[in-house]
Amino acid sequence: MKNPLVALIAGILIGAGGLYFFLPYDPLTLGGGAAQVSSAGAGDGAERASAGETLRRVRNRGFVQCGVSQGLPGFSSPDERGNWSGIDVDFCRALAAAIFGDPDKVRFRPLSAKDRFTALQSGEIDILSRNTTWTMSRDTQLGFDFIGVTYYDGQSFMVRKAAGIKSARDLAGGTICTETGTTTELNVADYFRSRGLSYKVLSFEKNEEALVAYDRGRCDAYTTDASGLYAQRLKLTDADANMVLDDVISKEPLGPAVRQGDPQWEDIARWTLNALLNAEELGITSGNVDEMLESDNPRVRRLLGREGAYGEAVGLRADWAVHAIRAVGNYGQMFERNVGTETPLGIKRGLNALWSDGGVQYAPPVR
Amino acid sequence: MSEGQGHKRNGRTPLPLGWNNPRVRSIVYQASVLAAVVAVVWFFATTAQENLQRLNISSGFGFLDNTAGFGIIQTLIPYSEQSSYGRAFLVGLINTLVVAVIGIVFATLLGFLIGVLRLSNNWLIAKLAAAYVEVMRNIPLLLHLFFWYFAVLRPLPGPSESLVPLPGVLLNNRGLILPAPVFEAGAVAFFVAFAVAVAASAFLVVWARRRQRATGRLFPAWRCAAALIVLLPAFAWFAGGAPFHLEFAVEGAFDYSGGMRLLPEFVALVLGLTLYTAAFIGEIVRAGIQSVGKGQREAAASLGLKEGTTLRLVIIPQALRLIIPPLTSQILNLTKNSSLAVAIAYPDLVAVFSGTVLNQTGQAIEVIAITMAVYLTLSLVTSLAMNWYNARIALKER
Repeated sequence: MKNPLVALIAGILIGAGGLYFFLPYDPLTLGGGAAQVSSAGAGDGAERASAGETLRRVRNRGFVQCGVSQGLPGFSSPDERGNWSGIDVDFCRALAAAIFGDPDKVRFRPLSAKDRFTALQSGEIDILSRNTTWTMSRDTQLGFDFIGVTYYDGQSFMVRKAAGIKSARDLAGGTICTETGTTTELNVADYFRSRGLSYKVLSFEKNEEALVAYDRGRCDAYTTDASGLYAQRLKLTDADANMVLDDVISKEPLGPAVRQGDPQWEDIARWTLNALLNAEELGITSGNVDEMLESDNPRVRRLLGREGAYGEAVGLRADWAVHAIRAVGNYGQMFERNVGTETPLGIKRGLNALWSDGGVQYAPPVR
Repeated sequence: MSEGQGHKRNGRTPLPLGWNNPRVRSIVYQASVLAAVVAVVWFFATTAQENLQRLNISSGFGFLDNTAGFGIIQTLIPYSEQSSYGRAFLVGLINTLVVAVIGIVFATLLGFLIGVLRLSNNWLIAKLAAAYVEVMRNIPLLLHLFFWYFAVLRPLPGPSESLVPLPGVLLNNRGLILPAPVFEAGAVAFFVAFAVAVAASAFLVVWARRRQRATGRLFPAWRCAAALIVLLPAFAWFAGGAPFHLEFAVEGAFDYSGGMRLLPEFVALVLGLTLYTAAFIGEIVRAGIQSVGKGQREAAASLGLKEGTTLRLVIIPQALRLIIPPLTSQILNLTKNSSLAVAIAYPDLVAVFSGTVLNQTGQAIEVIAITMAVYLTLSLVTSLAMNWYNARIALKER
């Protein structure tokens, strides 16, 4: 019995020793000190990322890989021919235009609420533009950076008019349908718990089933962000028998997120959004952007790349913003086209108006 | 095996030592493979950890102690929003186990019935059973779940127009609401009496069987056991002054509160899993029964055994040997398939833990690893139990 045991040990040693040479680093020291790992890891990462890895990869690939929803009218939804539209989609188009000068150099990846973060973390997508709420934990613990707010939203409830519910408080004891993997689950819990009211929550994997369950009377209310409620209401068998409550129980600033660790890519995304907002403030639209190139206003000239080297500073061309604005218009145009009062959603600007019009959309200046 | 080889070795010339010994060689090979596997796993684990740290993504299992903050609609253990993620995990695990166990019991019973009916001499019954199998097993399980969920929901009225099939029992689209039994202090004696009665009955049956084998004398063990199980707890019940009352559901603004409740999601999940898996089990049972030689049936008939007795004492025990191994796979399938529950909002392990908890914490690797470990453990335990049973009923050659 001695012989096989010796052979076993010898085999393990030979095998491990052989592999040791193939490993790209020393597994023994890596396993030993956590401090060493993190310092080495951080230095390594910063080096790789600061070289503008994401932009280089996007350029080599020839298009931006953009994570969107599986279908939320007004934000990101495909039509019968597979053409995507919505605010979140338009933002990605603007980004593609800023990088390539062509808004069609973008591919959309529909993601469930559950899968979206993993898709961004793993590098499957370059940017997550999917009605995603900017929260502290998502910003700090998931390895993301949110680059701004494309839509200031808040969570609300849709109820049947016949139920005689006037405010969210009246829902005490009721059953509420929602989609799993979202902040809405937590907001509902916070809202009812802080008021000492009882409630039941049914969490579905997809919002389609949650909506059908609500339509069939399984729940007394359906909850998600107010913008989503207006969109989903149109899908019900009798949209007019349902209404969205005025109560907003949470702050839901929706915005695009990028992976942490590539400041250049983060800057490109952030300033594309800021460019659209500044364009509205300066009165630049997709219609007049070419005339505006000749403007004497220094603020316009800087934004459109006639003065300074702002585009070059983030690795793009000087006229990056011109392409973005030409592709999707300014922020106001994007809003009105996708969710505004002329669309079936009929959402007023409200909080999403520019700061100069009584809203909170405010972009830092280009200078 | 090692004994056999040793025997052979002793009989022939001794094998050479070292590399020329096939035994040593095979162990070296296997150890090398093992080391390679361990090293690859280690490589992936350390790479993942390095990347997580570089990307500033939280890792580790500390999150299990953090406050969950979300509600779950079906909790069989105390749980509130203030409970931890670990608690939410347990709630999900228990919900999964409940669905799996109930589904397995029903699917096995229904599957056996279908399998036997398919072999019925009655043309209509046999064809109906065949049609059942073909329809049920050829529809994807997810569609089953949606179908049964919305089929369960559609005809049911809202809470305000609840159906009342029995006094105190309510049926509406929020579920089947039953009065909840509330046990008082004296109820312990009742449960103890029940347990004692069951144990005594089991003993009685075993004793009676042994005595019959040894002496041939019959003893009405089953009837005595039934009397024992009814009378002993009943005595304890009344001696304790019927320590029990029912808690009825109370109507609220939207819904009834209190009482016991079977959720439509739960009913739909059990229905879908049972009907789907029963079709497969039915085929397994049919194959098992058909594998028993025709001569066995004829021999039993010539001994004068009735059809039912033949099935019970001759056919099924032999068929079971072929049925158990594939049946084990179906039981495992049912358990794993219950993870589709999230589609119809039943809060099982996948819905609660690798759904909500994963998204609140963002710790995908840890959460998925735990979930995988749970399903692996459940499957291995089931396999072990079934293998034990299989070994017990296996043909014993004497």
